[in-house]
Amino acid sequence: MPANRFNNFTELGIGIGLRVPHYRHILEKKPVVDWFEIISENFMVDGGRPLEVLDQILEQYRVVQHGVAMYFGSADRLNREHLKKLKRLVRRTNTPWLSDHLCWGSVDGRYTHDLLPMPYTFTAAKATAANIRAARDFLEVPICVENVSSYAEFHASEMTEWEFLSEVVERADCGILLDVNNIYVSSQNHNFDPYEYLNNVPHHRVGQIHIAGHSKFEKYILDTHDHPVRDPVWKMYAHALELVGKTATLLEWDDRIPSFGEVHNEALKANQFVEKELETVPA
Amino acid sequence: MQPRWLDGRLTSAVASEFIKPNDRLSSFDRLEIYNRVYWFRVLDCLYDDYPGLRAILGERKFGRLATAYLAKYPSTSFTLRNLGRHLEKFLREEPHWVTPNEELALDMARFEWAQVLAFDEAAAPPLRPDDVLDTPAAKLRLRLQPYLSLLELNYAVDKFLLAVKKREADILRDEASNTFDSMPRAKKRKRRIRLPKRERIYLAVHRHQNMLYYKRLEPAPFAILCSLGKGRSVEQACESALRGCKEKDCSRRLQEWFHDWSALGWLCRMRQRGRAAG
Ligand SMILES: [Fe+2]
Repeated sequence: MPANRFNNFTELGIGIGLRVPHYRHILEKKPVVDWFEIISENFMVDGGRPLEVLDQILEQYRVVQHGVAMYFGSADRLNREHLKKLKRLVRRTNTPWLSDHLCWGSVDGRYTHDLLPMPYTFTAAKATAANIRAARDFLEVPICVENVSSYAEFHASEMTEWEFLSEVVERADCGILLDVNNIYVSSQNHNFDPYEYLNNVPHHRVGQIHIAGHSKFEKYILDTHDHPVRDPVWKMYAHALELVGKTATLLEWDDRIPSFGEVHNEALKANQFVEKELETVPA
Repeated sequence: MQPRWLDGRLTSAVASEFIKPNDRLSSFDRLEIYNRVYWFRVLDCLYDDYPGLRAILGERKFGRLATAYLAKYPSTSFTLRNLGRHLEKFLREEPHWVTPNEELALDMARFEWAQVLAFDEAAAPPLRPDDVLDTPAAKLRLRLQPYLSLLELNYAVDKFLLAVKKREADILRDEASNTFDSMPRAKKRKRRIRLPKRERIYLAVHRHQNMLYYKRLEPAPFAILCSLGKGRSVEQACESALRGCKEKDCSRRLQEWFHDWSALGWLCRMRQRGRAAG
């Protein structure tokens, strides 16, 4: 589903995350990039250099906001101040859609700054969907929720992760930011078939895809975003494209960040799969 | 992770109540991954924001301080930018973490937090001449830019921090260039910079054209700015700061100071209170 209501009927192509070590290169060389994803919280500030850079980027590029601290799945209601700041940023960037994670991360006003996994229960799905709806109504922009990678599962869970994701997005009537690397990481940590996951989410709701690299340890895989995309993840990406069609795709590279050119080239590898997918689509 | 939960039970027993184990990891192990990632993230943030304090205390002592601080004041903000907000308060409450450099550490913590504010705190529209033309000095009240911090300190932490940053830049450059060097890298890294001597300084930490600066001030202009920041009128602020000053010299210097502060954009108009609607 290339353009749909969850990505505001856009077709953005292959993007990369906007990161501090690349600011200078981007502002000076103005490379051709389909779009940039920004971490919303980095620009939810009241002044100074971050906003100056953002405004310069916005003059040249399409920017989509990706959040890491809305915590739709926290038991607390959404933080009003947070939403207000976010809305100010939405007005500034004119983001066609906005994404954040299907996770929790704060309790009683204390923040972990992590994307913590949810218990996959109907009660949690209902509360999370209500938060997503409240955010969308306040922010007045389509929302895609992203599946996170995880290292723990709960006894309390009543369904699989993909069933939970489906339950939440159907209830909230929102989009999915499908992170294929996260699915792979979790499948290895929790012994499930990642293709079963891919095959069983509502494909018509996928508004964006994430790809990234991870790190393998002896007993688990960590979602480190500090490597090129690994082969099994590219394979899953190709399969995802078969299921959902050509979709705005973003490479995440957040640690040990190499040069702009290296990151961008890695992201553009996605084009091979997109083109292959287009060839197989009947005219 | 601590072996005991808050209520005294074994953490492993509590973890297995709500987390499923798998074929490779116990419930405790899986919770421990999150615990480790959490501490790594928050400590790393303080590590980056407080290079000066780190250099004063040394890595180990800094690590102990940061851990104790975060245990007492965990993050209450959606952004890690605010993580050091209560560090000054914590150092006043529990100075034993930084013995025998209590005052120096406190000065540095205040100075480094001021830089966080200077980086991205709000900027108010700076004062224009028109804003003040009709108001006599006795009635004129101004406010200072939210991103500006005024610090009265007992140590020259500004020079010390510059030396620390220079050392870190040297190490990075060496690592990048890989050149032969007579001093082994590990030794260079450990080379301690001499701690500053006691010295009263008055610092303004601010930004200009979105670049971060710190500027030393003399006591009198520092006092005037502090008074303005507290809401005193321009007349009150200047009078108390310049008591004992010879008339002619005083007014010339006052003019210079206000001129500098205006050029830097530090002075702003007081917010209008209760402006009538309609
Ligand atoms: Fe992601």
